[in-house]
Amino acid sequence: MHLPPKSRLFASLATATTATLLLAACGGTGAASSGEAKDFSLTINDDNHIVQQELTTLSTGACKSQNQALPLKIQTLPIGDVDQKVQLLAGQDALPVQFAAGSTPQLTKTLDKGGQVQDLEKSLKDLGVWDDIQPAAAKTVENLYGKFNVMPYQFNIEGIWFNKKLFAQHGITVPQTYDQLVAAAAKLKGAGVVPFSASGKAGWPITRLVSGYLYRELGPDALQAVADGKAKLTDPAYVKAAQAVADLGKAGDFGAGVESIDYDTSVQQFLTGKAAMFYMGSWELGDFNDATKDLIGAANIGFMPFPTVAGGKGSADQIPANVGLPVAVSAKSYNTKVGDWLSCVAKNYGASSLKNQGTISGFKANGDTGTLPPLTQMVQNTIDKTTTSTLWFEALFNTKATETSQTNAASLVTGTLSAQDFMQKVQSDLANG
Amino acid sequence: MRSVLGDRRAIAVLLGPALLLYTLVMLVPMGWSLGYTFFTGNVIEGFSFDGLGNFTKLWQDPQARSALRVTLEYGAAVTVAQVLCGYLLALLYVFVLRKSSAFVRTLVFFPVILPTVAVALMFQKLFAIAPQKGLAGIAFEALGLHHGDWFASGAGAFFVIVLMDVWRSMGFYGVLIYAGLLDIPEETLESARLDGATGWRLIRHIVLPLSWPVVLSSLVFSINGTLKVFDSVLALTNGGPGSDTTPLTLYMFRTAFSYGDYGYGSTIALLLTVVCLGVTLLIFRFSRRDPTKG
Repeated sequence: MHLPPKSRLFASLATATTATLLLAACGGTGAASSGEAKDFSLTINDDNHIVQQELTTLSTGACKSQNQALPLKIQTLPIGDVDQKVQLLAGQDALPVQFAAGSTPQLTKTLDKGGQVQDLEKSLKDLGVWDDIQPAAAKTVENLYGKFNVMPYQFNIEGIWFNKKLFAQHGITVPQTYDQLVAAAAKLKGAGVVPFSASGKAGWPITRLVSGYLYRELGPDALQAVADGKAKLTDPAYVKAAQAVADLGKAGDFGAGVESIDYDTSVQQFLTGKAAMFYMGSWELGDFNDATKDLIGAANIGFMPFPTVAGGKGSADQIPANVGLPVAVSAKSYNTKVGDWLSCVAKNYGASSLKNQGTISGFKANGDTGTLPPLTQMVQNTIDKTTTSTLWFEALFNTKATETSQTNAASLVTGTLSAQDFMQKVQSDLANG
Repeated sequence: MRSVLGDRRAIAVLLGPALLLYTLVMLVPMGWSLGYTFFTGNVIEGFSFDGLGNFTKLWQDPQARSALRVTLEYGAAVTVAQVLCGYLLALLYVFVLRKSSAFVRTLVFFPVILPTVAVALMFQKLFAIAPQKGLAGIAFEALGLHHGDWFASGAGAFFVIVLMDVWRSMGFYGVLIYAGLLDIPEETLESARLDGATGWRLIRHIVLPLSWPVVLSSLVFSINGTLKVFDSVLALTNGGPGSDTTPLTLYMFRTAFSYGDYGYGSTIALLLTVVCLGVTLLIFRFSRRDPTKG
């Protein structure tokens, strides 16, 4: 084939253009320059409605001028996709201004090492709003992340919520020891009531019981010792905790089909009176205080810390506390306008969250909080009284061990995985992950 | 035409852009991924050379062995089941329903176009036992089969995945093989019948050999799709309980993007590529034999 000169030129141009376009497409958009945020972007898990709603409320209220300078823009994604999205965006230097900090503190620590996470203690001190952070929340963040580098939009305690009416109907007093808890569960089961509502699909509501037992048996440093390599999850004392929870499952205390129960169904089971007890964090206060969801009534819900274990080193006043799935701030996007927003949030979020959502955050409640619902007030009082807090089972694990723990939790209580094998799997990923 | 194809410059102009595109979007990433197998790290922390470390890890990794076993078992079970069901459907269309098969073909093909996530949610509800018992559980109990929670055991969850994917794809293979069966000349079938070949003998000695090329194509299509299963497992069981239904693809995805280990993730991807290549070569080797001669 002989092409005329014009056609040859056209063909060469077409080829060159195609190649240039493809190379340009493969090259990406390049790294975001420092401090060039065009909006106050937030990428967050879609089930975290409270933070989304409260920031939106602030953007039209107390932080209206900050929002005009840097508009709030929220992007949501399923909680399971958070880690992947954050890692991919970080790899391209394209993290949004605020982003959900990932399923394990390990990821945030890694991002911090790569210079991607803003040191918020320094920023908030520079902005003069450091005193608006609750000291207990700041301490919890430091325990988890090594330093204060996430916004504590939530500050939660965890424990066992129970249906007072069902307890009274079956003559059960609030268990103070683990043996009493097991006896209460047996009594409820015998009366045809599901003792515990738990999501096997999520897994963590079950592993929280393992850590609860461990902290009561071995004291508040039980899992720090594993993180420091001084103990292993396969040590007999640790396997004993997993066995205690496996025994609850063996006795049928989680009801039928725990493997298939997702988070929302487990909440619904408790709030419709189908289960008597529910291990959960105080972030669920929003639903507990919502009469359209809480059919048993907030007045019928009680809270007990994980009970003590006979002869154990821990005590019931050592309550698990966390800052939920917190939000980190991108160091590469930080600028004066972002600082203005953070300053406004620090001053106003605490009161706004309490007033509008009935939930407690890690910010001090400055100003009008309205009349707190009794359950919220009780949680606030418990936080105020707590001197020693503990972490959750996977708090100090790497991502792989966390996933192994949570995906195998249901198998532990359905009996398809022994306590020894469960702990062995997690320990193995801790060592090799 | 010969003069056009004999001109190297013409070939370069005609094939160049497509080849360039293919190289950039397929070959470069594949080469890149192969390169990652000798490194450890990720895009946040950076990469460091690890020699054959990832391959040693793969050899010793019990989770990788388990994922490989799940991949092969799933590939074998679903490939055999969907091609067999597809063949039986095609026989039903051609020899039983004949010209009135259009409605049934449409109905059976319908699940093929449904989104995987929607089908997975439906099967989750069908086989659930909490918060309420699903229809499948009720049906099995009516037949006297009490299974409990299907998703609580690896075998139960595996069965549901296989059932779902066979139900979802058999309509496609039914139509594919149906097209192959239509190509068999009616005269050939008629003369076979006159010679006394009916029923199973007709299928065994006439229909199967003449439709063998399309069956083989279906097998190659199927095995390469099933070895790379990802979405249906992710949506239905998320690889659980534990990692009992985690195939290589899901393990690779998690290793690279959740655990942030791109090098080891790429090594798992390489293993999957080798498995796909090996199985495809095996099928083509097998295809050289005449199936009617044992």
